[in-house]
Amino acid sequence: MLIDTVKTLCALPGVSSHEDAVRDYIREEIAPYAHRIRVDAMGNLIAEKKGRLPGRKTLMLAAHMDEVGLMIHTITDEGYLKFSTVGGIDRRVLIGKRVLVGSKAISGVIGLKAYHLTSAEEEKKVPKLKEFYIDIGAKDGEDAKAWVRPGDIAVFDSDVLTFGNGFLKAKAIDDRIGCAVMVELMKRDLPMDCTFVFTVQEEVGTRGAFGAAFSVKPDIALVLEGTTAADLPSMPAHQRVCAPGKGPVVPYMDGGTVYDRGLFRLLRSLAKEHEIPWQTKEYVSGGTDAGAIQRSRDGVRVAAISAAVRYLHTPSSVASIADFDHILRLAELFIAAVANMEE
Amino acid sequence: MDYLTLLQTLNACHGPSGDETDLAETIRTLAEPYADACILDTMGNLIVHKKGSGPRVMFAAHMDSIGLIVTHIDEKGYLSFGKLGGLHPENLLHTPVRFKNGRRGVVSLRGDIAWKDMTLNDLYLDIGAKDEGEARSMVEIGDTAVCDMPVYELGTRLAGPYMDNRISCAAMLEALSRIKEHTSDLYFVFTVQEELGLRGSKPATFSIDPQYGIAVDVTLADELDVKGKGSSVLGGGAAIKVMDSSVICHPEVVKILENLALESNITCQRDIIVGGGTDAGSIHVSRTGVLTGGISVPCRYMHSPVEMVEAADVSAVAKLIVAFAEKTL
Repeated sequence: MLIDTVKTLCALPGVSSHEDAVRDYIREEIAPYAHRIRVDAMGNLIAEKKGRLPGRKTLMLAAHMDEVGLMIHTITDEGYLKFSTVGGIDRRVLIGKRVLVGSKAISGVIGLKAYHLTSAEEEKKVPKLKEFYIDIGAKDGEDAKAWVRPGDIAVFDSDVLTFGNGFLKAKAIDDRIGCAVMVELMKRDLPMDCTFVFTVQEEVGTRGAFGAAFSVKPDIALVLEGTTAADLPSMPAHQRVCAPGKGPVVPYMDGGTVYDRGLFRLLRSLAKEHEIPWQTKEYVSGGTDAGAIQRSRDGVRVAAISAAVRYLHTPSSVASIADFDHILRLAELFIAAVANMEE
Repeated sequence: MDYLTLLQTLNACHGPSGDETDLAETIRTLAEPYADACILDTMGNLIVHKKGSGPRVMFAAHMDSIGLIVTHIDEKGYLSFGKLGGLHPENLLHTPVRFKNGRRGVVSLRGDIAWKDMTLNDLYLDIGAKDEGEARSMVEIGDTAVCDMPVYELGTRLAGPYMDNRISCAAMLEALSRIKEHTSDLYFVFTVQEELGLRGSKPATFSIDPQYGIAVDVTLADELDVKGKGSSVLGGGAAIKVMDSSVICHPEVVKILENLALESNITCQRDIIVGGGTDAGSIHVSRTGVLTGGISVPCRYMHSPVEMVEAADVSAVAKLIVAFAEKTL
């Protein structure tokens, strides 16, 4: 089941540049279905799968394995950990959150100056990153250094939960949903050869996708993503972007890419024809690996299908489970359409 | 060259960033008589090739313009939009716009926002629809629109929307028609998506793999509207780029261009701007590096519907393109 794969993947740690656990899991899952599988210098997992026909185009599917997180840069004499963010994190969500630090995954809590010492003026502002610290319960600096070194990564410690009317709450739904859809597609009978790329370091600027697209040399690329939803109380309709439960998000544009107009129309008509609910991004924001892929070599036609995710880049991102199967179905139809494309 | 008519022809086509196909077809028709081949690449760049036995020389002028993209249609039939390139609310408010399918609209400001506080988010498009249903039958989310205002002459000058960068496209077309003897292998590229971050020229440069690259674009003139940001002036001739925020031009290329201008009696000036990039930015870092420069048309009121240029400067730019194209490198 797709939802089980999503849940398993969301539970794994995989902050940008430390995607090992996610990559190892995916590799084991898909290896039996891959014709050729490799990990490139950046750490992208690239799997070629044979379809019923080779296909006239080289089609690349891409989802990123990495998630946002923190990196420890200083250990104080008292044994607290100071950190930088890895990827875009809203500082307002950090306060009081649980994290797992380093390869030993030791528990920590993100702390901040006590509330009774906070002035009315300070309360109005979002604290600076340097005011935060991670408390790992160390006795002192010496004790902390026995467990943590500068450069260690911290990942949100958040359980995976289904709740309410078909919703999933987890960290890293962006973009384990895309990874899960690709794992599922690998297991299916496909009409043409496809190259599946599980990329690294998307959250720090689509860094993995550059090299992957350069080596795969696709004609067409489909990016599977999680994208920010803002269907919240008090948001005016024109700034809500998209909403979980309304189907796959097919973007025409975001902050990094104007998607290929022909492929956008193709996805739109496939959804309509097969009665798959769909939506588009009703606000220009964010970016995906498509930006890097589109401008690779002499250019690539790019399209994307995303899951609408509330509270993106927090330990508690929320998405609609019903959307996941629709994304899988639409991606499958897209592959079939590319297989039938004329020169 | 009749720049006015040519600009009117180009501006009548739809060509905002990411939606340039109509314009590319028109430019192809205009360029074809002078070309050995015209190729439209994957991203939509139009590559006009004039074969030669010498080094590959790429001239790039972006054909895309800034524009609007529909992001939301509300229950009353009003449209929200996102920006394609550097749109500024003060330049956009109360301008007429036109969609690819010919539909028209006007840009207005939500009434609860003071002029001094307005951002692009506070502007909306009114396409004359009575309600949401009618609006959705007229345009779709993802459709693009451009400013629908005329180009006109003021003395020896021209004003109108999208001098950036249709005036450089005009200079490139003029140059194409004038080139005679040349040994260099010439590529005149009309690029896409420059206004979104030099996106189209990157793959075009990769596929051409040139030894020399010249970006042809407008540049901020040191005039009343942007005092202190640029070095060139209207009427000062072809502006030979030394630096903008995307590139430091190769000194060798700057020298060649300046010598050519001197030898051929082409009025020229130096172009250094603070802020603003050009396709030269993506060309010079392609593959193992490209000897890159730029030739610019000084322009006032950048990214407004009344961008203004001097015809003699455009003519000088065209002549300098021809001189570089004909030079044995």
